[in-house]
Amino acid sequence: MSAPAGFEFTAENRAKVDAIIAKYPAGRQASAVLPLLTLAQAQAGGWLPQPALDHIADLLGMPSIRVYEVASFYDMFNTKPVGRIQVRICTTTPCWLCGSDEVVRACKETLGIGIGESTPDGRFFLREFECLGACANAPILWVDDDFYEDLDYAKTKAVLNALLKGERPKPGSQTGRQGSMPAGGRTTLKTIEQPDAGGPTDAG
Amino acid sequence: MSDSIKVTIDGAAIEVPRGLTVLQACELAGREIPLFCFHPRLNIAGNCRMCLVEIEKSPKPVASCAMPAADGMVIKTDTPMVHKARKGVLEMLLINHPLDCPICDQGGECDLQDLTLFYGPDHSRFKENKRTVLDKNLGPLISTHMTRCIHCTRCIRFANEIAGVEELGATGRGEHMEIGTWVERAVTSELSGNMIDICPVGALNSKPYEYRARSWELRKTESIDVLDAVGCNIRVDARGPEVMRIVPRLNEDINEEWISDKTRFSYDGLRKRRLDVPMVRRDGKLQPCDWRDAFAAIAQRVQGLPGAQIGAIVGDLADCEAMTALKDLMAALGSPSIDCRQDGARLAASPRCSYLFNTTIAGIEQADSCLLIGANPRFEAALVNARLRKRYRQGRFHVARIGAPDDLTFPVEELGLGADVLASLADGSHRLAERLGQAAHPMLIVGPGALTRSDGGAILAAAREIAERYGMVKDGWNGFNVLHTAASRVGGLDLGLVPDQGGKDVARMVKAALGGELAVLFLLGADEIEVDQLGSAFVIYQGHHGDRAARRADVILPGAAYTEKDATYVNLEGRPQRAKLAVFPPGDAKEDWKILRALSDALGHRLAYDTLGQLRARMAELAPVLAHPDVIEPAAWRSFGRKGKLDASTLVSPIQDFYRTDPISRASPVMAECSALHQTRTTTLPATGTYG
Repeated sequence: MSAPAGFEFTAENRAKVDAIIAKYPAGRQASAVLPLLTLAQAQAGGWLPQPALDHIADLLGMPSIRVYEVASFYDMFNTKPVGRIQVRICTTTPCWLCGSDEVVRACKETLGIGIGESTPDGRFFLREFECLGACANAPILWVDDDFYEDLDYAKTKAVLNALLKGERPKPGSQTGRQGSMPAGGRTTLKTIEQPDAGGPTDAG
Repeated sequence: MSDSIKVTIDGAAIEVPRGLTVLQACELAGREIPLFCFHPRLNIAGNCRMCLVEIEKSPKPVASCAMPAADGMVIKTDTPMVHKARKGVLEMLLINHPLDCPICDQGGECDLQDLTLFYGPDHSRFKENKRTVLDKNLGPLISTHMTRCIHCTRCIRFANEIAGVEELGATGRGEHMEIGTWVERAVTSELSGNMIDICPVGALNSKPYEYRARSWELRKTESIDVLDAVGCNIRVDARGPEVMRIVPRLNEDINEEWISDKTRFSYDGLRKRRLDVPMVRRDGKLQPCDWRDAFAAIAQRVQGLPGAQIGAIVGDLADCEAMTALKDLMAALGSPSIDCRQDGARLAASPRCSYLFNTTIAGIEQADSCLLIGANPRFEAALVNARLRKRYRQGRFHVARIGAPDDLTFPVEELGLGADVLASLADGSHRLAERLGQAAHPMLIVGPGALTRSDGGAILAAAREIAERYGMVKDGWNGFNVLHTAASRVGGLDLGLVPDQGGKDVARMVKAALGGELAVLFLLGADEIEVDQLGSAFVIYQGHHGDRAARRADVILPGAAYTEKDATYVNLEGRPQRAKLAVFPPGDAKEDWKILRALSDALGHRLAYDTLGQLRARMAELAPVLAHPDVIEPAAWRSFGRKGKLDASTLVSPIQDFYRTDPISRASPVMAECSALHQTRTTTLPATGTYG
């Protein structure tokens, strides 16, 4: 994937850009830099070519270097070309304790690439990430805009194989639990007590 | 609320002004606080953590540079906690520092080296690999060794705040943070060299000076820069006969602690294209000879010639001593034609207020409104522009311009291109009139782009009218300013090097030479005239570089450059300053006044001074203001200028190439490289004022 010579937001994105910029008071347009970078990255195929950064700098009246600083600071932004489907594994302590090493192994085996690499066909990009904030459902895989939770070696392989086939497996817990409910099923609030007709019986 | 607060520092109670930081309070109390990222002229960053001190009731050590001092604070700078904190910070800073001091240019004048010696640990516990960072290419002036960088961000803040070009930044994060431009490009500031000075470690070094000398083997001479009219205070560092580098010297009234890149890096031009032996043209070719032959050739041509057929033009780098001697010599020869206004500026030698930067450079900080008339201070006097930007950053400062637009690193209101706008300002009908009228301390700057035109005299008169109309001249305030580009100009006007009754100015002398009415033309370092249009005149060139005029000369008298003589220069404010001899002139070259003194003897009109002291006494006789170095004698306000027609054509700065304006910078390979880079530069970043 080579760097494009120029960058312009599509008409559809341009409307979004205008809406985002309008949220901020006059003279404070620079605040819109993060949402604009997110939009630009989605449009440019998962990474931010330099013309995109310069275009955003022009739109917001910022010196280019200030946009470069922001884009290079956040891990969510890629400043070099990467695979289109971005597979991000959380390996921070809670996920690691719950077996993220196995998830990493499954990813490497299934995709045939190492951490920080893209597949030769340019479809997948694999990287480690710091805490994704879903520790109750560790370990986690973050694929594009979806979280795949409660993974182990086999479930990770299943998710990735489905992705390889071009399917979009159902995001969320892969063990079937709802949200972050206890893994063994409900432990509290199993029955709902009917209050007496006279009103609540205790102060609670 | 009183203006001062009481704090206790290391057990001693002292009173300090309100609004200081803990660090400044400690410095007032005579405590030295080690620091890297803090710089008194830059915004506070607070990221190096070197300035930690202990404050009572605070559980942790506090970064003193970013902590406001408060009433009743008990500050301790010499406790075990502070020492442990400093040691810890230095150990952390040194984790990724390469410790290549023996080959580092900063060695011997490095903050990190010095502070580690006094406060740091004696060994490292870090056994892992140090990180490496690729060096950046910041252009021909700054060399980078980015593994040495400790991320103090002084260079970024300098670029943003002082230079006004936001091109440097910190990209990446944590261990991967790097300082640079991200996209490879040279820094496009005319002040970029100052980053080398403010870098507390060896990350940013001078590229031309790299690996050439160690700081402790240099002979340091405090002197004055002459490559523009600002008169920046510099220190010339030399080894043996060679100038190794030029660095700024603190002078709050002129350059603070900055100098322009031309001032700093032109010194390699002092070694190139030098005239180091007298020469006489024989059979159409310039041939080396000795001083006696050169003088004899001049004497043969000059003797018996009426004074009216002799003329003298003074160049931009001439010192007051040489100009005094030249004036006396020309008077002795009976010539009324002498002129120091090589660029043809329509200025008169009197009254003095008509050609000075009366507000003074430091005075800019009092101004609240500024009108630029054909002036581009960024490239005509870079440090004046730096002061204007400093004033702009303090807020409530309005700048308007008449003339060709250019980016001055701060916002400017454009009033128009031609001098005709001045008329409506002078009669009060212009839209800016109200704003100017309300300003408490308005100032205006007339630049060479206005004065060198044929209507320069009329512009000067109109500028005086505007100054008087809008209260720019009143008790304790003079807002009328002329911006000069040549170090010799104010001194020359002070000494009265303008044509006498019946004498010719520069343009007329050149014309007369072409027409054959002027037989002998003496050029004292004058290279900016049309040297190919001098007809058959006998041209004597006294100067230090084989530049434009030397090619045309019939006799060459090799003089000394500004680093090679004890000489007086008057800056644009009218401040006489003394340059000092740092190295001796090369070969047979001599100090300029001595050449003129010897020549006068050969011509039978011996000048009446044999020593520098006697010459300076004569100089003070001609211009009493020159007797007191470093003192500005304020010029009394008097009327000047003659009204005339104002031309509507665009006022354009005569300086089109900042890096090559005089014989020294034109001879400098480094300046040539900068110039080439500047010419091919496709994008100029506009001044955003983000940090304004």
